[in-house]
Amino acid sequence: MEETLQTILSKFDGKQEEIIPILQKVQDAYTYLPEESMEQIARFIHVPASRVFGVATFYAQFRFTPTGKNIVSICRGTACHVRGAPAILEETTAVLGLDGEGTTEDMEYTVETVACIGCCALAPCVTINEEVHGNLNKKKVRTLLAKGSKPDDG
Amino acid sequence: MTADHRTVLICRGTGCESSRSPAIQAALDAELQDSDVEIKFTGCHGMCQQGPIVIVEPEGTFYANVKTKDAPKIVESLLHDGEPVERLYYKDPATKEQLPTYHDIPFYAKQKRLVLHNCGRINPEEISDYVEAGGYQGLKKALFELSPEEIVDIVKQSGLRGRGGGGFSTGMKWQFCQQAKGDVKYVLCNADEGDPGAFMDRSVLEGDPHAVLEGMAIAGSAIGAKQGYIYCRAEYPLAIKRLQVAIRQAREQGYLGKGILGSDFEFDIEIFQGAGAFVCGEETALMISIEGNRGMPRVRPPYPAHSGLYGKPTLLNNVKTYANVSQIVNKGADWFAGIGTEKSKGTAVFALTGKIANSGLIEVPMGVTPREIIYDIGGGVLNGKKFKAVQTGGPSGGCLPESFMDVPVDYDSLIAAGSMMGSGGMVVLDEDTCMVDVARYFLDFTEKESCGKCVPCRLGTKQMLTILEDIVEGRGKPGDIELLEELGGGIKGGSLCGLGQTAPNPVLSTLRYFRDEYEAHIFHNKCPAKTCKHFITYHILDSCVGCQLCRKNCSAEAISGEPKGIHWIDQTKCHKCGVCFEVCPPKVFSVEKRTGDLEIHTGEGESL
Amino acid sequence: MSQEPKEIRLTIDGQEVTAREGTSVLDAAMANDIYIPHQCHHPDLKPVGACRLCGVEIDGRMVTSCTTVVQEGLDVKTNSQKIHQARKTAMELLIADHHMDCLACAAANDCALLKDSAYLGIEPEQLQRLRPSNKGLPIDTSNPFFQFDPNKCIICGICVRTCDEIVGRGTLAFIDRGFDTVIGTFGNKSFIESTCESCGECVVRCPVGALAPKRPKFAAREVQTTCVYCGVGCGIYLGVSGDKVVDVRGDRERPTNEGSLCVKGRYGFNFINHSDRLTKPLIKQNGEFVEAEWEEALELVASKFAETKGDEFAALASAKCTNEENYLIQKFTRAVMATNTVDHCARL
Ligand SMILES: Cc1cc2nc3c(=O)[nH]c(=O)nc-3n(C[C@H](O)[C@H](O)[C@H](O)COP(=O)(O)O)c2cc1C
Ligand code: SF4
Ligand code: SF4
Ligand code: SF4
Ligand code: FES
Repeated sequence: MEETLQTILSKFDGKQEEIIPILQKVQDAYTYLPEESMEQIARFIHVPASRVFGVATFYAQFRFTPTGKNIVSICRGTACHVRGAPAILEETTAVLGLDGEGTTEDMEYTVETVACIGCCALAPCVTINEEVHGNLNKKKVRTLLAKGSKPDDG
Repeated sequence: MTADHRTVLICRGTGCESSRSPAIQAALDAELQDSDVEIKFTGCHGMCQQGPIVIVEPEGTFYANVKTKDAPKIVESLLHDGEPVERLYYKDPATKEQLPTYHDIPFYAKQKRLVLHNCGRINPEEISDYVEAGGYQGLKKALFELSPEEIVDIVKQSGLRGRGGGGFSTGMKWQFCQQAKGDVKYVLCNADEGDPGAFMDRSVLEGDPHAVLEGMAIAGSAIGAKQGYIYCRAEYPLAIKRLQVAIRQAREQGYLGKGILGSDFEFDIEIFQGAGAFVCGEETALMISIEGNRGMPRVRPPYPAHSGLYGKPTLLNNVKTYANVSQIVNKGADWFAGIGTEKSKGTAVFALTGKIANSGLIEVPMGVTPREIIYDIGGGVLNGKKFKAVQTGGPSGGCLPESFMDVPVDYDSLIAAGSMMGSGGMVVLDEDTCMVDVARYFLDFTEKESCGKCVPCRLGTKQMLTILEDIVEGRGKPGDIELLEELGGGIKGGSLCGLGQTAPNPVLSTLRYFRDEYEAHIFHNKCPAKTCKHFITYHILDSCVGCQLCRKNCSAEAISGEPKGIHWIDQTKCHKCGVCFEVCPPKVFSVEKRTGDLEIHTGEGESL
Repeated sequence: MSQEPKEIRLTIDGQEVTAREGTSVLDAAMANDIYIPHQCHHPDLKPVGACRLCGVEIDGRMVTSCTTVVQEGLDVKTNSQKIHQARKTAMELLIADHHMDCLACAAANDCALLKDSAYLGIEPEQLQRLRPSNKGLPIDTSNPFFQFDPNKCIICGICVRTCDEIVGRGTLAFIDRGFDTVIGTFGNKSFIESTCESCGECVVRCPVGALAPKRPKFAAREVQTTCVYCGVGCGIYLGVSGDKVVDVRGDRERPTNEGSLCVKGRYGFNFINHSDRLTKPLIKQNGEFVEAEWEEALELVASKFAETKGDEFAALASAKCTNEENYLIQKFTRAVMATNTVDHCARL
């Protein structure tokens, strides 16, 4: 933990306005924001730790628990909603045995909803580990989760 | 015709990338390596639903839904003077006719592509492409032929209004910033595009990033700023990458940095990645967020033109506003003012989505009617369903019914109708969409995105949402409609920022045009669109052929029936997931949704 | 700003008033007995314009009077129909979100929410149409002196700003966002596990009963005095009931502290009536402490001083003394006792 964090911090100047970029880099490294990291960031930019925590909890991007290996983000944009996103969420959580958004016990999958990812023309869509899958229905979700995120071209 | 001078344009916007266009490019690249055919990847062509899209110039041959396995066929047509691959032509959903080039396609024919003129035409990662297409001419003119006052005058005379939603005169805003006192000023670009159902700004950033950089540099020279920031949402990784490449190339070529184009003008741009908060699109929140805080808006005045980022005079415009500016300065105010309506000049870019045949990105002159957009460009409602409403302005906007189909679209007409231009989402809703559910959806969005600072918005959106949830779940009460209207008024009048001030619009506009749907839920135990689970039941008709598909797929084990016999649903077990409705073969179509006659589902609410 | 602040003339509800340059319209109105409801404003803190109750109309536009600075010739209306409606909506929403156990609440007597809802004439029937929040969040009772009930918190942010702007501790922050926003500490820890130093500054400013002292105050009268704990000499009012001190509050008029206190001054008054408190000097005789008279004790000390001079002697001064007293101890040690061995408890 310590070393990775120090490497990240060494790329910054310790100014208060760097707080969000630092948090983003730390989350990239750990998949979430460990509590100690936020304390160290606070020390680094010379603000009370509560301030870092307040900022981190404001933005939807930041997580405070580790994620599963695969992240399934279900778009909750308007186009996706009217074309059936609620059913996609329902099916995804049902297949993975989750009660709503969250991480599976075996830490394989984390399911979350995200604000519009801008692929509205392909609604409803989800991203699995940054790869977008569009024009989904319940059946496609099942196949998608069965084989993980593989290109389905051809 | 020979194969040389041919250019293959492969769309690699987010939409087409997700439909695996990079693989197609790789396949074509491999095969065409040693030929004269140039392969170029571009930003979005707009017709994302038909993606991946491949265009062959100069003919303009338009291939839709291309798969990797189609690559050899395309190669053959290019190298051996073969016939074009007709199989991949776009098929008009209305006429079923195959259309060989994009010139033939109505989706493009009715559009006027100003902001999007480079999108899908140039390689966004090659600055030379942009320059060849006439790019950075506006900046040259601004630096060597015009005084800062003249630049502002041109922008003012063009009649350009902010494309971020509010529609404030861009020229006036620039003038305030120019006149504001201060050595340090900032130019900011709002690329937060948090509006769910909108992807116009993303497409511009992905397809033509230099147009935005150029517009910002012109603004910098006009108001006297040296530093610019682009606030871009982190959910747009491709846009961020293309911007990074563009900024690097612009610095290398002397369009950004010190002594731009040999003048003594200095201007540079940095990207700030948002972290997932819609409210950060609001101007003060955006600045407060860049400063490293919770993005909670603050009371204005002071206005950003006087005291913005770090307390310095700051100019904030939307992505498309800047993209317009570079062309306006180049081509003149009159050119721009000649397009559009009297008070709304230029074009409007819409992300046309929802229940529409051709989803995608379109650009039309201001003043075009929704009917032209939806039917002529969009190809009508998806699957031939009946049109119900069109939603514009996202969570700040409203739903317009059929009667507005012939009203010219511009800033003022939409506000008069109880909606808003917003940043350009246009979601088509059909007979299967429940308007109460749509209102609930938007309130759910604003409630989650409210920053929580001020009382009317923090508690008011929650209160309205709870009432709407009650209504769609069968707990609506007499008086709820009036209460929603009263709360809506109080929240609009009392909230601190634009989010709260517009949050009730989706409810108020649906109450205005679709009040009967609310009443049906509250008083008649009915969801007319058959969307809200509480009010619907599934039934199997006598036409059932007993294929057993529904029975096998029903996770609630509510369906019984012998093979080849008529099946039936045990209503007490049914979860109403609708799988039976989905899997029943279209030819049989024996599962029916019903609403309105359900004594067993009235719950605690009184049935009237 | 060495010049005299300018006096500004403006009109509020038709009444001509004057106010110092830089004053908010809200403070100007209140100073002239024109009441404007407000929840998130506190005269010690920077305004934020969050509760929206203090809205007034200027030139037909609604602005928050706490964030609007007086200007020459302003014409302010505090009570148009439009304003009233917006205020009413905000107040009804606040009450529907609030855990209303007013009878058992520590803030009952001076609750800003109750006061403004009475001012606005909120009717129970109106409230019944609304859906109450019923958040059911746990109450934090970890701090020995005060407790925090998030179900009563109106997210005015006064405590956060107090801890930042006045105390400089930065213990509190807004956590999460929107409807889920709560006041909390780093990592949502309880007060006792946080960096809080229990000064209670936030507690005294909380407009409702969210941050409230654990010990209810039943003072019958107040006595103005100076805190005995240290040389700063903060002005305090002791709340007295019978012959017992039951409460302390800072004296806002005293320039030394302008109302602020530390944990000892505010909460450390139990010693006054404590059974362990020494009220008479003790002298050790045959290994046991025995009560003595002051005269006797002082004589004993003086005689011992006379016996021990130079390096056998050391003085330890106290932070409870004033600067002048500490100076004298130092002088006495060097000049009379002839040693430099003098120290002070605050150095540790
Ligand atoms: C809640 C909220 C969200 C907003 N989101 C955006 C946005 O995503 N993009 C944008 O350009 N403007 C957005 N705006 C409008 C901006 O505050 C601002 O008016 C605009 O960026 C100014 O640029 P323009 O004059 O070029 O339109 C938003 C406003 C509010 C109140
Ligand atoms: S209106 Fe909503 S988003 Fe805007 S300041 Fe108030 S709570 Fe925050
Ligand atoms: S008691 Fe003092 S230190 Fe503790 S949170 Fe309140 S103001 Fe801050
Ligand atoms: S605890 Fe009190 S002072 Fe702090 S935000 Fe809540 S109501 Fe305001
Ligand atoms: S007192 Fe002015 S907004 Fe709260």
